[in-house]
Order: sequence, then structure tokens, then C-alpha cells
Amino acid sequence: MTRTPLRPLARILEARQRGENPDAIERENIRLRHEEMRDKARVRAEGRLLVLGVFFFCAFFLVGLRMTHLSGSAVEEPNNAYLGPSITAQRADITDRNGRILATNLVTNSLYAQPPVMVDRVGAAKALAAIFPDLNEDRLIEKFTGERTFIWIKRKLSPEQMQAVHDIGEPGLLFGPREMRLYPNGSVAAHVLGGASFGREDVHAAEVIGTAGVEKTFDEYLRDPANNGAPLQLSLDLTIQAAAEQVLNGGMRLMKAKGAAAVLMDVHTGEIVSLVSLPDFDPNDRPRPLTEGVASDSPLFNRAVQGVYELGSTFKIFTAAQALDARLMNRETMIDIRGPLRWGRFRISDFHDYGAQLSVSDIIVRSSNIGTARIAQQIGPARQRAFLGSLGLLEPTPVEMVEASGGRPLLPPNWSELSAMTISYGHGLSTSPMHLAAAYASLLNGGTRVMPTLLLQDGPQHGERVVSTETSAIVRDLLRQVVVRGTASFGEVPGYAVGGKTGTADKPRENGGGYYEDKVIATFASVFPANDPKYVLIVTLDEPEVHTLGEMRRTAGWTAVPVAAEIIRRVAPLLGLRPQIEPSPASGITLTSN
Amino acid sequence: MRSFFYILSAMAVMGLAYWAYQENYKTQQAVREVKRLHRQIGREREALVVLNAEWAYLNRPDRLRELAEINFDRLGLLPFMPDQFGRVDQIAFPVENLVSLSNSIDVSGEVKVQP
Repeated sequence: MTRTPLRPLARILEARQRGENPDAIERENIRLRHEEMRDKARVRAEGRLLVLGVFFFCAFFLVGLRMTHLSGSAVEEPNNAYLGPSITAQRADITDRNGRILATNLVTNSLYAQPPVMVDRVGAAKALAAIFPDLNEDRLIEKFTGERTFIWIKRKLSPEQMQAVHDIGEPGLLFGPREMRLYPNGSVAAHVLGGASFGREDVHAAEVIGTAGVEKTFDEYLRDPANNGAPLQLSLDLTIQAAAEQVLNGGMRLMKAKGAAAVLMDVHTGEIVSLVSLPDFDPNDRPRPLTEGVASDSPLFNRAVQGVYELGSTFKIFTAAQALDARLMNRETMIDIRGPLRWGRFRISDFHDYGAQLSVSDIIVRSSNIGTARIAQQIGPARQRAFLGSLGLLEPTPVEMVEASGGRPLLPPNWSELSAMTISYGHGLSTSPMHLAAAYASLLNGGTRVMPTLLLQDGPQHGERVVSTETSAIVRDLLRQVVVRGTASFGEVPGYAVGGKTGTADKPRENGGGYYEDKVIATFASVFPANDPKYVLIVTLDEPEVHTLGEMRRTAGWTAVPVAAEIIRRVAPLLGLRPQIEPSPASGITLTSN
Repeated sequence: MRSFFYILSAMAVMGLAYWAYQENYKTQQAVREVKRLHRQIGREREALVVLNAEWAYLNRPDRLRELAEINFDRLGLLPFMPDQFGRVDQIAFPVENLVSLSNSIDVSGEVKVQP
């Protein structure tokens, strides 16, 4: 650009001629030049502002655009930030205490049909009916040719069945992936596991939800992805459970019982090592609940947890233990047992006549109703109720099964003195075998309360004290005497010092009004080894009868006791107990302190 | 001087663009690889679950009991009973290796008297 000189010579000469000040021209030119510079700077600044404005507009527009896009698009996981590959199944496994699988998942397929895309509807229906014998051909044809556009045919397919359906070559028959619950051991521990079924269903997936047993109790835990697929470890032992089921099943058939239950429990930890209820079922193919008749006739009914029965003389030990613990008497105190004992219209009598008086030990050993009722009279209803409550016999067991809340003990409406007398020998209070197991364990482990549990524990429970250690030791010895010289003499298993108490209770009629003459519940509550209790085993037989030595016998000593002894013989070695010579009682020596 | 810087920065931009391009494709490749491996791990785990289930199914107590009964002649397996426990003092001490008679004759024939 050409610069205009500040003092152009021509104009200065001209101004001098006219006598004007030439500096005015210079000032004028400086002013013009400054104006020009100012205008240029303004244009430039405006340009910059424009560029910046466009830039910011673009930037914010981009941000806005991205946000609109994000808010409008579907949520998806970041594709390279994985949670880790450990989650495989939507439901965790269940294992026994040694990690052997009790329940797991298997990937399978479900079969559905879309009739609008089917080519040969009748042919497909015929082929399907040939593959699955349980499908009705006519009904399939009716469904395929009807109005419906979507039909479920099978929930679960085996790979062979899937291949066979593939081979039909029908485009309207489609498969959806499914995870199914598998119980590889069949009916072993069926009542504990319960079962599972599908919840909400879709073509691509289906929820697996627990329907009973621990599957239902721990449904949320098993489905919680936060556990990273860690299995649920139960306290059951698969081998022992299977052995106990086999022996109990054999015993049940031999004694012609219509049902049986067994609970094997660790007295210190409260772990249930085995829980059997017969008849049982296959949880892979769980039968439907009965819609009519008595619920306890269904194989789904858990006799060990849900079934509340009057467990008979097995309760006598509670009465004796309380009387000894309260120091109302000692084990040699003689009790008048002349009968029958009358209380109002009610008579209490014994199975045999045991004479005029018996010591407390002999009342337990011989199982005298009158003697126990007399002890209960001294204890009184209020104290008896409190003691049985402290053993957990008056409320449902806390065991982790949904069915446990159904095993609510049946208490007398009014706990009168007569109730106290009948309850002292196990009539008038109905509890489940699980209650009895927990109460015996609490009484025998040194006298502290244990809660039955199905989960693996890592140490003994230190519950509140129920009876003193000395009482617990006496009770152990009394139970041992019952087997050595009392009603449970068939319960002797060499090397394991079994102790226990029998109980035979008449079954109440379903429609009320008294008891059956010829139907009993026979129970044997046992502990082994009695000198250092480790396990409690309760065996209950429903309506057993056995023809021995020329007469029909129903009492527990002839029915439940031999079965329990056989279970102990099979199970004790599996529990790792080696047979031991029982330490003989220190006869004639009295421990004193000075 | 100024043009040198222009050229230098232009080349730097091109170089960085090339590097970014390469890294982008490498990342995509790695992500694909990770996805493939995850799929493979998933398949392997599925297979593992099936194998575990099969193991549990084949080792179910009912089947083992039946097998033990079927093969009783060959294996002679019986349930574990209390009388099968032994004590350490019931086990005899191992017998010391006695030199057998036939060998001793061989050995005696090889004895040489050293001068």
C-alpha cells in the first residue's frame, strides 16, 4: 500500500504562499491516518469475534448433538470394560459340605412353534407326536391350524430330542435357549433342595426360580450376581444322606410304615448332616401338590420339618432334666408310681405295672407315664412352659427352609396342670422331629441352646444356657441307661455307646375325637457316643407294625429303635467316628472336694 | 525459519494422525480379540458346567451303589462298617528282608579269598 506522506510538499508550498500554518496539514494527515488504522483494527476484531463465535457455536452444537444422541439411544455396556468372565449361570450351584454338587444348571433348549410360517402343519404335528409320546397328535393339529401365531410346545429338550425336531425340517418349529435346574442325585435330599421352575418366560431366556426348600429360601442369594457364582454350601453330607435314606427306606418297608423321617444333627454346631423324609420324590420332576385329601399323604410333605406329631415318651427326658436342674430331686429320689393316676375325669396309666415306686432314673429307663406326671406336678405348668420354650419347642424351628414355618408346634389352648402332666410324657404338645433334634442337642451338648441350621458352620454355637453342665452329664447317662437296660435295648451299636429315649404315641384321629387304637407314631431320639455326645439322631416311623415273637408290635422299642441302630451303624463310620470302648463308670468312687 | 516451523508442524500433525489411526485399529483389533476370548471362555465354562453335572450324575450315590452290587464278584465292595477301623498297634512291623536260601548259595559261590 502506498503511504500518504504526512507533509506533502505541494500542499505545504501552497499553504505557505497563502500564509497558512503548514503544521495544520500535518496534523490533519495524522488524524486521517489514525482514523484509518482504527477502522482496520475494528474490522479485524470483528472478524476474530466472528471466528470465535462460530467456533464456540460449533463446539456447543457438537456437545448438544452428542447429548441428544446419547439420550435417544439404547443403553449398552461399554464393550471393553467387562465385569469379568466368572458369571456363567443365572443361578448358583448348591453343594454339600464336601463340595459335591446337589443342584446345578444345564443349558438346554425350549421348543416353540409359529404356525404362520409353517409349511406342513399336519405333518409337523404327526412328527412331533412321534418324537414326544406325551404330546397328543390331534390337539397339536388343532393348535397348529387354529388362530394362534405362537405356541410353546416343550419347556426343556434333550440334545437328542432337539436333533430329532431339527430333522423334521419344519421352519415354523423354533428353539429358544434355556437354563434348566438339574439335581444330579435324583431323589437324594429332595425335601431339603425342594425344586425350581421357570418364572417369567421369553423366547430368548427364562427366569429360574426356586419353588420349595432351600431353593426358595435362598432364592435371592442364589440369583444375586454379586456373589459371582459362589455355590451355596449346605451342611448336608451327600454320602451320609444317601446311606441314611437307604437304611430308613429299608426299615420303613420292614416295619410296614407309611412314612418315616430322620434327622441327624451335630450337637455342637447345630448342622443338620442328614435330613430324610420318606416317601420322597425326584426334584427334577417335582410332582404336583395334592388338591384334595390330607397334605401329609403327598410325597412333597416333609415329615421331619413340617409334620408336627405328639412325640410321646421322648419328652420325658425334658421333664426329668428340668427337675434335676432345678434341684427338686436327684436321680435316686423315689417317686410314687401307683396307678392309675386320676386327675378329674382323666386317667394316666402305664404300659406295664412297674410296682409302687421307682427312682427318677428308673422312671426314664422304664418309661413310666405316672412317674413323669408326678415329677411334672412338682415342676408346675408355668416353669415347664418356660423350660420347653427355652429349648425352642414352642415356636417354628429356625431351620432355613420355607417349609419350616409350617412346622408350628400345636400347644394346648390352656396350659393347665393336667396339660403339664400329659406334656411331661409327650402328649398334648405336637412338635416336629426337627424340634426334638434341636432340643435333644441343646440338652446334651453341655446344656447350651443350639439352633438347627442347614448351612455349613465353621465352629460350635455358643447359645444361651438351658441346663447346667452337670445336668447335661446326668441326662446323657440316663439316656445311655435306657439303651443298656431299658426300653431301647435294640439300639445298642457296639463301639458307639448309643443313648436314647423311645416314644410311642397314638395317632389322633383326623376328624378329632380321640385317638386310633392301632396307629402309632414311633420315635427314637438317640445320641451317640453317649459319653461324649457328637450327634443326635431322631428316627420317626408313621404307623409301623411288625409281627415278632408271636404278636403284633408297634412300640418304638420294636420298630424305630432297630432302624435307628442300623442307621447309626452305617453312618457313624462315615462321620469319621471310630468305635471306642466305653469308659466304665467309676463305680464305688465318689468324687469329693475338700 | 517460519516456513520451516510450518512444515515441521504439518509433518508432526500428519505423523500423529498416522499414529492415532494405527492405534485406533490396533485397539479395535484388541477389543475383537478380547470379545472372541470371552466368547471362548464362556463356551469353555459352559462345557465345564456340563462336565461337572455329568460327573455329579455319574457319581450319584444310587448309581454307585448299584454298580458296587453288580460288580460284587469282582470288587467285593461292602458298606463301610465300624469293624473296618484298625489301630496302629494292630499293624505288624515290616519284616526285615531275609536273604533267601537260593541266593545265598549263589553268593557263597562267588566268595574269593584275598591274598
